[in-house]
Amino acid sequence: MKMLSKLIKARETGIMIALVLVVVVATARNPTFLFSPDGFRDLLLTPSILLLLAVGQAIVIITRSVDLSVGSVLGLTAYLTGRLFIDLPGIPIIAVFVIGIVFGGLLGLINGALVAFAKVPALVITLGTLYAYRGINVLWTGSDRINGSDLPSAFLSLGTSSLFGIPWLTIIALVVLVAAGWFLRTQRAGRELYAIGSDPEAANLYGLKVTQRVLVAFIFSGALAGLAGVLYAARYGTVSSQAGVNLELQAVGAAVIGGVAIFGGSGTVWGAAIGAFLLLTINRALPILGVQDFWQRAVVGVLIIGAIVLDRVLAVRQSRKLLEMRDES
Amino acid sequence: MSNSTQPSAPTLELSRIAKTFGSVVALTNGTLALHPGSIHALVGENGAGKSTLVKIIAGLYQRDGGDFTLEGTTVDFTSTAQSKSAGIAVIYQEPTLFPDLSVTENIFMGRQPIKSLGRIDRKKMHTEALGLFERLGVRIDPDRPTQGLSIADQQIIEIAKAISLDAKVLVMDEPTAALSGVEVERLFAVARSLRDEGRALLFISHRFEEVFDLCDTVTIMRDGAYISTSPIAETTVDEIVRQMVGRDVASLFPKIDAPIGDEVLVVSGLTEPGEFHDINFSVRAGEIVALAGLVGAGRSEIARAIFGVDPYKTGTVTINGTRIPKRNPAAAMNLGLALVPEDRRRQGLVLESSVAKNATLAIRSALAKFGFITSAVENASARTWANKLEVKASALDTEVGTLSGGNQQKVVLAKWLATNPSLLIVDEPTRGIDVGTKAEVHRLLSELAVEGLAIIMISSELPEVLGMADRVLVVHEGRITAEIDRADATAESVMFAATHAEVAS
Repeated sequence: MKMLSKLIKARETGIMIALVLVVVVATARNPTFLFSPDGFRDLLLTPSILLLLAVGQAIVIITRSVDLSVGSVLGLTAYLTGRLFIDLPGIPIIAVFVIGIVFGGLLGLINGALVAFAKVPALVITLGTLYAYRGINVLWTGSDRINGSDLPSAFLSLGTSSLFGIPWLTIIALVVLVAAGWFLRTQRAGRELYAIGSDPEAANLYGLKVTQRVLVAFIFSGALAGLAGVLYAARYGTVSSQAGVNLELQAVGAAVIGGVAIFGGSGTVWGAAIGAFLLLTINRALPILGVQDFWQRAVVGVLIIGAIVLDRVLAVRQSRKLLEMRDES
Repeated sequence: MSNSTQPSAPTLELSRIAKTFGSVVALTNGTLALHPGSIHALVGENGAGKSTLVKIIAGLYQRDGGDFTLEGTTVDFTSTAQSKSAGIAVIYQEPTLFPDLSVTENIFMGRQPIKSLGRIDRKKMHTEALGLFERLGVRIDPDRPTQGLSIADQQIIEIAKAISLDAKVLVMDEPTAALSGVEVERLFAVARSLRDEGRALLFISHRFEEVFDLCDTVTIMRDGAYISTSPIAETTVDEIVRQMVGRDVASLFPKIDAPIGDEVLVVSGLTEPGEFHDINFSVRAGEIVALAGLVGAGRSEIARAIFGVDPYKTGTVTINGTRIPKRNPAAAMNLGLALVPEDRRRQGLVLESSVAKNATLAIRSALAKFGFITSAVENASARTWANKLEVKASALDTEVGTLSGGNQQKVVLAKWLATNPSLLIVDEPTRGIDVGTKAEVHRLLSELAVEGLAIIMISSELPEVLGMADRVLVVHEGRITAEIDRADATAESVMFAATHAEVAS
């Protein structure tokens, strides 16, 4: 009973219902949205890359930071992935994955080190590295691009093929999601991330390793963006210097829609993941519902603002309720 | 209190601790010995170095010189984590909890019980939290977030944290500043039981009645140096005060009789559901009216509603015959109202800004010429008030955040007095201010009343209320339950009204 009421009250349930509604309405309008092999696959496949970014983003936001560089990290890693296959023919696919993740993690380490040691707000630092990483990407790539023909077919099929009807990309994203969710919920280090975001000063007085934890959060976010970059190359086959532009905003949007408080301390990666699904599924559903292209972006904006307003309302209601509890006791 | 004066090896000993910050000398001779099974009071004026000493004990600061031993061994803490694991728990004046996390998580953060795979054992944690609260004799839901808890409950959680650490030394830095009488009693009961378990407690407070009630030994500090340590039974308040200030304080509350003039402020039927109900009173020129009552009784809320910061549903507020509009502090200011808030650091000052900027904050539009303010004009205006109020700052461009609490309060007062108000509301004017400066703030308020200012003073300190007020309005759970004239006001009558809804007349 307690579990049930917790489930109903959970912030994640609301967006899950919204997601289901979108799918149901779109399917009612056009049954192929869900009931066709391609429809079902796209439903799962499209949000998978954003899901990875959103999970990393959620972890960073929980510590009261933000990582705006993930789109650029993804772009850079995606190009690196292509170059690895071109320049080192026969390189094992698994090695490419490892290199991509480590490379992304290094870029994340740069972010984290700047934030943790320079004591400059993450918003500013990662806005800087957003442009810096993209600049490196443009410098490196130039007008070049990676084409599908440059990549091994086994790698490309990873981006589109499925296991028991579930795309590999989605499986990878879900494994990461479950691992991150488990870590945040059950590990001391995970709980400390929440504590740091909830009140950094208090975290310091508690003797928590604030600098170290924030650093790790950024490395994690970078590594996930690196993984997402490798998967991006596998999924689309084509990588230009503009791969992943503006994805960071979608990642922040997904986390916020999913109930991760922008000032840190609360929210879950589950919420962020559902947020990513909702964001991209709405994008795909709106044309089916006959909504003009122009309005589609506006809807995303409404969604984000709506989520923030809802959070605020819930927070005010919660604090009033807690105050009342205190009056009664 | 009986067995504690017996000599035993001190749990924690500090001797001749020195600490400087740049050119500022915070401590020259910090000396303190805490014995097991004893509650030790540390008193001194603000700026005497108590907080610096506490932060050195906590590992937040590192000493420049002197000896720091814990159970006989020299320790050099470089972080709070180290002092914590050595068995020292510090409860700061402002509880430091994580508002988003549950009570249980707050208690065990960083050292949760774990099971296989490093997973946090939530069940065990929950049971332990319940056990702690049972031991402390309090009822707090361990699963609720700490956000919205009263300061008293937050402090209980801090104590629960300390107990779960099995701390040998427990330092409480002004824990009672924001507590009501009942809550203080509960805290003291807990402190005594911890003492009886053989722990060493350090208690810092500006309230002498509490020091005498709770502690068995007292150490006095002045100007960063140790003055004396004596058993509480062998000293008196006068003696302590004399040692603290280094001189005799003739009178703590030099209230001057002021001629009472016309009604300045009339409040009638002010109601905001859930906050306060049917508030009626008036204040005359030259009169100091105290709003007394327990913390959380709704006094600050009433003041904020009058000033227009918070809304109210029904009722009217008039000043000099003019109605003050709801929810419009700017209009209230123009009509001659001034509010010195309770939390001066957050609501009364821009801490990063200079004394001059802060003191002229409320009259910026008046000082501006063509929309620009020159620092000459600013300084001239600020100097007038800074001199009048004797703000002790090396220069007008000193950052306000670096001043002591008393001087900060004077800057806030200067800011409002510069607007030439006809009614001044001061909320807890001397909270966290040392004895010497306290008397000065009281003298100031009294002089302002003589000059014809009407003053509403919200205060939780009974001696202040009794000493300063011409009339005492007692607020209990959002209602005024008694109006007592200066002549009839006693500690008993005010306390009775503050704790009872119906007052027998």
